[in-house]
Amino acid sequence: MAYTEKELAKELENKKYEYGFVTDVESDVIKKGLNEEIVRIISEKKNEPEWLLEWRLSAFRKWEKMEEPDWAHLKYKKPNFQDLHYYAAPKTKKKLDSLDEVDPEILKTFERLGIPLEEQKALSGVAVDFVMDSVSVKTTFSAKLLELGIIFCSFSEAVQNHPDLIKKYLGKVVPPTDNFYAALNSAVFSDGSFCYIPKGVKCPMELSTYFRINEANTGQFERTLVIADEDSYVSYLEGCTAPQRDENQLHAAVVELIALDGASIKYSTVQNWYPGDENGIGGIFNFVTKRGLCEKGSKISWTQVETGSAVTWKYPSCILKGDNSEGEFYSVAVTNNYQQADTGTKMIHLGKNTKSVIISKGISAGNSSNSYRGLVQMNPGASNSRNFSQCDSLLIGDQCGAHTFPYIEVQNKSSRAEHEATTSKIGEDQLFYCNQRGIDTEKAISLIVNGYAKEVLNKLPMEFAIEAQKLLEISLEGSVG
Amino acid sequence: MDSIIKIKNLHAELSDGTKILNGVNLEVKPGEIHAIMGPNGSGKSTLASVLAGREDYIVTEGEVEYNGMDLLDLSPEDRAREGVFLAFQYPVEIPGVSNINFLKTSINEIRAYKGEGPISAKEFLGMVSEKSKLVELDNKLKNRSVNEGFSGGEKKRNEIFQMAMLEPKLAILDETDSGLDIDALRIVAHGVNTLKSSENASIVITHYQRLLDYIVPDIVHVLWNGRIIKSGPKELALELEDKGYDWLKKEVITE
Ligand SMILES: Nc1ncnc2c1ncn2[C@@H]1O[C@H](COP(=O)(O)OP(=O)(O)O)[C@@H](O)[C@H]1O
Ligand SMILES: [Mg+2]
Repeated sequence: MAYTEKELAKELENKKYEYGFVTDVESDVIKKGLNEEIVRIISEKKNEPEWLLEWRLSAFRKWEKMEEPDWAHLKYKKPNFQDLHYYAAPKTKKKLDSLDEVDPEILKTFERLGIPLEEQKALSGVAVDFVMDSVSVKTTFSAKLLELGIIFCSFSEAVQNHPDLIKKYLGKVVPPTDNFYAALNSAVFSDGSFCYIPKGVKCPMELSTYFRINEANTGQFERTLVIADEDSYVSYLEGCTAPQRDENQLHAAVVELIALDGASIKYSTVQNWYPGDENGIGGIFNFVTKRGLCEKGSKISWTQVETGSAVTWKYPSCILKGDNSEGEFYSVAVTNNYQQADTGTKMIHLGKNTKSVIISKGISAGNSSNSYRGLVQMNPGASNSRNFSQCDSLLIGDQCGAHTFPYIEVQNKSSRAEHEATTSKIGEDQLFYCNQRGIDTEKAISLIVNGYAKEVLNKLPMEFAIEAQKLLEISLEGSVG
Repeated sequence: MDSIIKIKNLHAELSDGTKILNGVNLEVKPGEIHAIMGPNGSGKSTLASVLAGREDYIVTEGEVEYNGMDLLDLSPEDRAREGVFLAFQYPVEIPGVSNINFLKTSINEIRAYKGEGPISAKEFLGMVSEKSKLVELDNKLKNRSVNEGFSGGEKKRNEIFQMAMLEPKLAILDETDSGLDIDALRIVAHGVNTLKSSENASIVITHYQRLLDYIVPDIVHVLWNGRIIKSGPKELALELEDKGYDWLKKEVITE
């Protein structure tokens, strides 16, 4: 049965506080530092099977011998990994009585993003009397999906309820030792999401739209695994346009996508973690490993809008293993003030007739630094493969920097990779020109930025595209004059 | 008849204290075309920029009355919304924004300021086709990013196209003729002349008398060293063409 998001929303509106409850667990924090003991405690607290503990431990042992990479175009003080907490039980946020208690700045942002009132409350931890409590939403939602055989749950639940799927696919796309942060995540990941779409099923709604609130609490070492079985389709949405704060400065997530023969996965991200203040103090360090594996005739499409974090290190990639498979990467990355981003993608062509498209739009303002780093690799067996890359940079003001690092390796004669790059600038002159035509500066920046990012924003699910558009405006506020 | 703009003793300088305008006086009435001539560096573009509200310049003295309002009190966008249009000497490129989308935004912002709703697609497109014919603007330019990759002449024509679309009350044309061949010049002049009415006025900045064969001014002013040192009928332009500016400068110095 097809069940649209609208219908679901309606049903939820009429639903009372059924499953919702607030657990008042005492904050359960174990001592700082990282060693085998900590890894064991995490695994035990999560009641994990022996094989998973071993998996974590082996990742940990490898991680210990690894060096934090420094090839990215980023400057930051490396975290002291022994000075962090690696496990905290899910915290319950302090409940507020009304929106009046919330920081007015945050409320203003919510308003401008057009986030509905109820959702605003939930996001800022105001006690809500009905519906939007994430637990009840989630339960209703999952029941509907289950009718279609779709599994969509937290990673921890999946470990308990679908251990064979986890065992079969975990770490298959991003091996625990892939890189320093992936190894760290594999050792200590806290929770995340799991999704399985059965053969031939087209998931009728954007997964995760209704989980935005929930998402706000998923910790610093998130683990996501999405499996689309043969000829299935899913559109998955991660993140939130609302500003996200977190006491944990270091975030190292891993996302693995598996598209089996003929399947199609669309994975959209809006990342708006706290970027630090206008002087570059504070802000999240975001080191993310995202990768998808494409089997025969399948397709994975990454779309990301990156506006947050002090430091972003992220390269959503596709391994085009199956013949005739396709990978896409659409990205808008905004940096303002002292933010730094080094982001891009890898398209690894292994199968014949494989195709990839890369559209990257960097926007830098203030004193920020924004780098695109991409690898397109056509292996000897990937005959007749094609890539098109377009990497554009937009500079606002003249204190910021944009860099492009494209690596293209074509190892067979019948394949072709095409790369285009442009750099443009918004300066006082452009803005004055707009002003002189009756367009104020704020509107002018949004006009220019949205025109520039349109190609990527259009790839987002409709509702999200509008919020993302506003988010770009807000992120760039005060970037000129 | 009331004036459209009345500039009284206008002084402006850069933030480092460099004085550029040193007491400009100028009054323009509805239906009039004024030409401002003067050698390079005399302050013509600066005068245009100050009237349009560019923040690089600080007004230290004087006042500007526009349509009964204190012009200097308005933000640049509000001046535009009140009908002040500047055709730039060097129109900038705006990447990623199509010419047509830019114009539509401009029109709608101006309408919103006046409390009117957005223009209908039909009316807008009708206007676009009418006004682009007026300046013989190449169709393909409408969907390109504003001024991006336009030739010098195309940029100038695009300025006049925008002017025709926005129907300003006071148009200031800053060296719109420079870099134009004679055909383009004729087209631009035709645009300006067609838009002329008893309700609006233009200030045409140029340092060639050539343009004034096509756009006939009511009064010609000579700006030098940040001041208007001479005003006269259109024949003054011919005299300047003949004799250059030096005789005028001497006149001022010996004054
Ligand atoms: N923003 C500016 N910064 C520095 N000098 C300027 C600036 N604007 C104008 N000037 C100087 O002021 C004088 C007048 O310039 P301008 O108004 O462009 O003259 P015109 O348009 O008559 O050729 C010139 O000497 C010019 O270099
Ligand atoms: Mg000039």
